[in-house]
Amino acid sequence: MTDRGSHGTGPHSSRHRGACDTQDISPRAIDLGAFRDPALARELIDRIASVVGDRELNLMEVCGTHTMSIGRYGFRSIMPPGLHLLSGPGCPVCVTANRDIDHIIALAKLDGVVIATFGDMMRVPGSTSSLAAQKAAGHDVRIVYSPLDAVRLAQDNPGLDVIFVGVGFETTTPTIAATILDAAARGLANFSVMSAHKMTPPALRAIADDPETRIDGFILPGHVSTITGLAPYRFLVDEFSIPGVVTGFEPVDILESILLLAEMARGGKPAIENAYRRGVNAEGNPVARAMVDRVFETCDATWRGLGTLPSSGLAIRDEYARFDARRRFDVEIEPTQEQRGCRCGDVLRGAIAPTSCPLFGRACTPEHPIGPCMVSSEGSCAAYFRYRA
Amino acid sequence: MCLAVPGTIVALRDDATATVDMLGVQRDISVALTPDAKVGDYVLVHAGFGIQVIDPEEARLTLEIFQEIPELVGEELEGVVPFGSAAEAVADGGVPQAEPAQAAAQAGALA
Repeated sequence: MTDRGSHGTGPHSSRHRGACDTQDISPRAIDLGAFRDPALARELIDRIASVVGDRELNLMEVCGTHTMSIGRYGFRSIMPPGLHLLSGPGCPVCVTANRDIDHIIALAKLDGVVIATFGDMMRVPGSTSSLAAQKAAGHDVRIVYSPLDAVRLAQDNPGLDVIFVGVGFETTTPTIAATILDAAARGLANFSVMSAHKMTPPALRAIADDPETRIDGFILPGHVSTITGLAPYRFLVDEFSIPGVVTGFEPVDILESILLLAEMARGGKPAIENAYRRGVNAEGNPVARAMVDRVFETCDATWRGLGTLPSSGLAIRDEYARFDARRRFDVEIEPTQEQRGCRCGDVLRGAIAPTSCPLFGRACTPEHPIGPCMVSSEGSCAAYFRYRA
Repeated sequence: MCLAVPGTIVALRDDATATVDMLGVQRDISVALTPDAKVGDYVLVHAGFGIQVIDPEEARLTLEIFQEIPELVGEELEGVVPFGSAAEAVADGGVPQAEPAQAAAQAGALA
């Protein structure tokens, strides 16, 4: 494994300087004073440069917040030229397949139905429409902060069928499981969930398996890991010899993780490390996991960019079928179409940078987004556009 | 949406709900996922639920970061707005503009 860092070519070898130059990025003087501990940040940056040398190293993060932090702090322009920070499938809204979005839209068109959703799903485009467009057309679509708000809505409106849009990874899924149990305890007959929930480790496996992308280390999600703990990531080391570091959100946290990953990739001793010890216990939250297990079972799921991944999604168990919008409502879903020219799928699996998509910054901007990676506040394309990196 | 925001539990009730103080604003949450949480504990709050009890120093550091960079928090800060038209107005308004990397002035600009 000592050669992992020196394979040289691949889609990312000239990704940053070349691609970024066309987007008007000159290396900036990074204001390290913006970091809590500029001296520590400087030291970490220097140590990273010394460990990496002139090797090629691909590190991937899979958490929308890390996508934003890396963009916000301009990290790409202070890394050694061979070290590439890739954004992976960390945005649950972005990886929701058009077919599922179209299904949600079909539900929105039903009479007597209220769609309750997290705000970040509103503008995401399906094949021909979005929830925002459906709302503008007069259908009842409401943004909620918590799935419990949707339960309250159902209780207050017995004549309406409230359908909650269940999109999210492991941080979110336990809250929906607890909500379904709450709805069951209240004996609600007019509440259901359209589950498009997914799990992070199968996406990591798909990326590790992908012959087109060579990942030398994963920057692992912070808050997802408070639920999962570290065990679900160990297969990365056992089966693929790829290291992973659970990482916090401060700039120094991210730099420390990058250094750890670079050292492990270079030294050939991959491991799963928790660099976010303050926030994450190794065993995660077993109460939350048990609740998910009670309400959901794993199923195959289709991910934008990664295709259908076995046992990567969550479906509501038979015992709670009355809360499963997929079973309760029979709808016709329009034929699935992908957005022409949109390369969101390739961006999500780290095969290209957003700047390599022909639509980026031209036909596709946050004001006129074509694909979910530009629409979502956690999307890679939105982060690249916003921070020009 | 993998993000949670720290809050302090100021009141705990028998029905597995609690009141937390998040960035000076109080809101009610469910503690069904953190049955061992006590008054005075810091919890990570996500989508109206406490998901993990955390160490006070970590809570403090995380809150500082989120106050410096509110756009990292996005919807979670919007959550302290009452359910209904105000939350919709914040979520529907504004699109991220292209800008150099620097602190944004407010949390509400993300679609």
